[in-house]
Amino acid sequence: MTAQLPLEGIRVLDLGGVWAGTFSTLLLADQGAEVLKQENQFVWQPNTRAVPGPNISSQMTQAGPGWITGFPNSEPGPRPWNYHPMFVSLYRNKRSFTLDIRNEKGHEILGELAKISDVVIENSAVGTMEKLGVSYEWLKELNPGIIFLRAPGYGLTGDYVSARTMGSHLEGVIGHQLLRGYRNEGPDSNSAIFSADYIAGTQIAFAVMSAIWERKKTGKGQFIEMAQAENAIAMFAQGYMQYAITGTEPDRVGNQSIYPQESPTGIYPCKPEGDGDPAQGKDRWIAISISTDSEWKIFRTEMGNPEWAISPQLEQWENRYSQHDELDKNIAEWTQKFTDYELFHKLQKAGVPAAPVLDASRVPTDEHVQERALYSPQTLQDPIGEFPFPTPLFDFPAANGGIRRPPVAMGQDNEYVYRELLGINDEDWDLLEAEGHIATRFNDSLM
Amino acid sequence: MTGPLTDVVVLDLTQEIAGPYATKLFADFGAEVIKVEPPNGDPSRKLGPFPSNLADWQLGSAPAEEKHLEKSGTFFYFNTNKRSIAVDLESEGGKEVFWRLVDKADVVVESFKPGKMDDLGIGWEAISSRKANLPLVSITNFGQTGPYKDYKGTDLVLYAYAGEMYSTGLIDREPVKMYGTAALVQSGSAAATAIMGAVMMGRWQGVGQHVDFSITDSHLVGVDRRHASVMGYQFSGRTTLRAPASGTRLLGGVYPCQDGWVDLDGGGARFHRSARQFLGHPEWLEDPKWDDPSIHQNPEMIEEFNAYFYVWLMEHTKREIWERARESRILCGPLFTIEEVFKDENFRERGVFQKASHSFLGDFEFPGRPFIMSESPWEYRRPAPLLGEHSAEILDECAFTTKEISRLAISGNVGVRV
Repeated sequence: MTAQLPLEGIRVLDLGGVWAGTFSTLLLADQGAEVLKQENQFVWQPNTRAVPGPNISSQMTQAGPGWITGFPNSEPGPRPWNYHPMFVSLYRNKRSFTLDIRNEKGHEILGELAKISDVVIENSAVGTMEKLGVSYEWLKELNPGIIFLRAPGYGLTGDYVSARTMGSHLEGVIGHQLLRGYRNEGPDSNSAIFSADYIAGTQIAFAVMSAIWERKKTGKGQFIEMAQAENAIAMFAQGYMQYAITGTEPDRVGNQSIYPQESPTGIYPCKPEGDGDPAQGKDRWIAISISTDSEWKIFRTEMGNPEWAISPQLEQWENRYSQHDELDKNIAEWTQKFTDYELFHKLQKAGVPAAPVLDASRVPTDEHVQERALYSPQTLQDPIGEFPFPTPLFDFPAANGGIRRPPVAMGQDNEYVYRELLGINDEDWDLLEAEGHIATRFNDSLM
Repeated sequence: MTGPLTDVVVLDLTQEIAGPYATKLFADFGAEVIKVEPPNGDPSRKLGPFPSNLADWQLGSAPAEEKHLEKSGTFFYFNTNKRSIAVDLESEGGKEVFWRLVDKADVVVESFKPGKMDDLGIGWEAISSRKANLPLVSITNFGQTGPYKDYKGTDLVLYAYAGEMYSTGLIDREPVKMYGTAALVQSGSAAATAIMGAVMMGRWQGVGQHVDFSITDSHLVGVDRRHASVMGYQFSGRTTLRAPASGTRLLGGVYPCQDGWVDLDGGGARFHRSARQFLGHPEWLEDPKWDDPSIHQNPEMIEEFNAYFYVWLMEHTKREIWERARESRILCGPLFTIEEVFKDENFRERGVFQKASHSFLGDFEFPGRPFIMSESPWEYRRPAPLLGEHSAEILDECAFTTKEISRLAISGNVGVRV
């Protein structure tokens, strides 16, 4: 007999958005929870189904970076919000229903769902839930076992409660924007990254699972507050620890290791594709991390013991660290003779940590990605064709996990939620539809 | 009140960053985490920051590395609330200790290279035949299977290959990574959910299993842009290139100001709603030409805007700018230094920092709770353990007699502090 996934039987009411919230409920869904994503045809939740809004013109899908405007076959399709590249892969294993929770009836129906749910998750700016009348007190009265998690940027108290933020802004506030990037450039050279969404998403899932574990013992639900800025600090722990125990500010190190023993460590150019034009994505790079003195000796041998590298002094990391920039220049001359994959295998087989810097186009064909079946072909509800989609981060071999349901379209599970869970009859269904609760498209007024 | 996981025993063989961070989350929320270290310690004990400054190291005047085993800031952070037993798993005595610990455990977590546990005779087969409902979670660079399973990884190497590094940085330079070991910490955080799921299946269903957690996989399908760049490529054939967040948008990006930098995003729809309020209704901005939505893509208009805006920026501090941004609901983050975060009243009053007292590192404050649970809160119970600090008491709990303990200590199979 196959075992059940850990969270089978747990129902999560998902009021979350952007990547942090959407990723968190994805992880819970992958572990077997029934995630009910609430959507509203009248409300464009920022960055949850598409950017910049539901009205994607054909022109917008023809150019621009793949991750923002790369729609299926470069067409917006009949319902573009159902396949935006920034979000579509985060909707596997979930269910979606629509409900206008801004009015009394919608609020009441949300309450009915809360009664039969185990977990409610939201990560909107503070004020949104207050306006909607969604509080722990309300939920707890309806369902004493409920676990309610809120994850605003800076928490529910303090000076910054009203701050609007995405992951990239709060990384500035907790120091990351000054710590990352090239050593000799200002932070205005930084790309926008969203590492805070990754850690918040995973830890919302961990927090909720821990609360489920606790509830199994005590029968009690609880309230969880995660300030995403505070949560993200862990990623930069060594910088915080340096200040904590030495009182000094950590340096920006670029691609070098924060641990001087791991020198040299960097990104080096490889033989490019064609003319190597980076504006066409044809540049190629390899990451190399010499982590120990013995790895340096192996690396030196792999390079053919060039003159500049044979000094016995360099066998000690202190010297490799103090001459890092000079070593980088010499290493870069050597790496350019190879393709990134050639060098990857050559160095790794000899015992030196290295890997190509893979751009998105080269991920699906990589041997590791293929052999571990990290992408799996899925067909979406709208007829846009079959495409490979990312699979869960890990599997439980004793249970049947993977992609149990392809990415869900907006309102795809209205039948399930309204008829099966809430037991609504045809008459009520028609009324709810007429009132705008039940829908599978965003309202024309938003277009 | 105590954490939610007080009834969970984690047998923790992980080392370095990712695994220890995953098990730290368990320890911080109440689990009993028994850290099994080799007799010479988790290698991260040799990683800084150290209280003696880096310059001393470069000059060779710092004491020998071994003396720093208890002074690593990295080791401290990733191992709070755990207990340490130093065990030589190569030895027969060490293996006997391992099996007694297995009998107590709800989960075994390890980060050796694939095959190492089997070589030691303590791999999945052996574990499951000893205790069928005990899960084993392996956290490795490239997973237990696949063509690269024996390859080495570091934060840079793993992020380069699996994360969205290629499109991070400037187009005419090399791609650039995040700070420190951020990618490994992210993977550790994801691994905590894998361990939790495995523990649930073990306890609730009596199911043991070997969970293969690959750090690279957790980024290849992960959420910091990689999932989106790969999906966008599959859909459209277009890749994502390196570009800075600043310089090409109206009121968007990282800007210098009087005392540092601010990250702002007040363009697009937000501009029409809020920019005038944000900038204090200056006369130049009253011109209706700023209401035209097409100005956002117009380099000349952006330049004209910036000519006024940079003057304004230099007249304001990052805190003033953030306050105005909050009032006018514009996305914003001042770029704080670590020192500024430590001294920030808001973070202090919210209780972000935890006081610690450590026999080698002294008294200091470090970042504490990652989130707040109303009924089963995060708790700081003890600093990161000294190497083998708890060997004797853990052996005692495993019903080894005093005589057996001295035998194990004398043979060197277990490191016991005296």
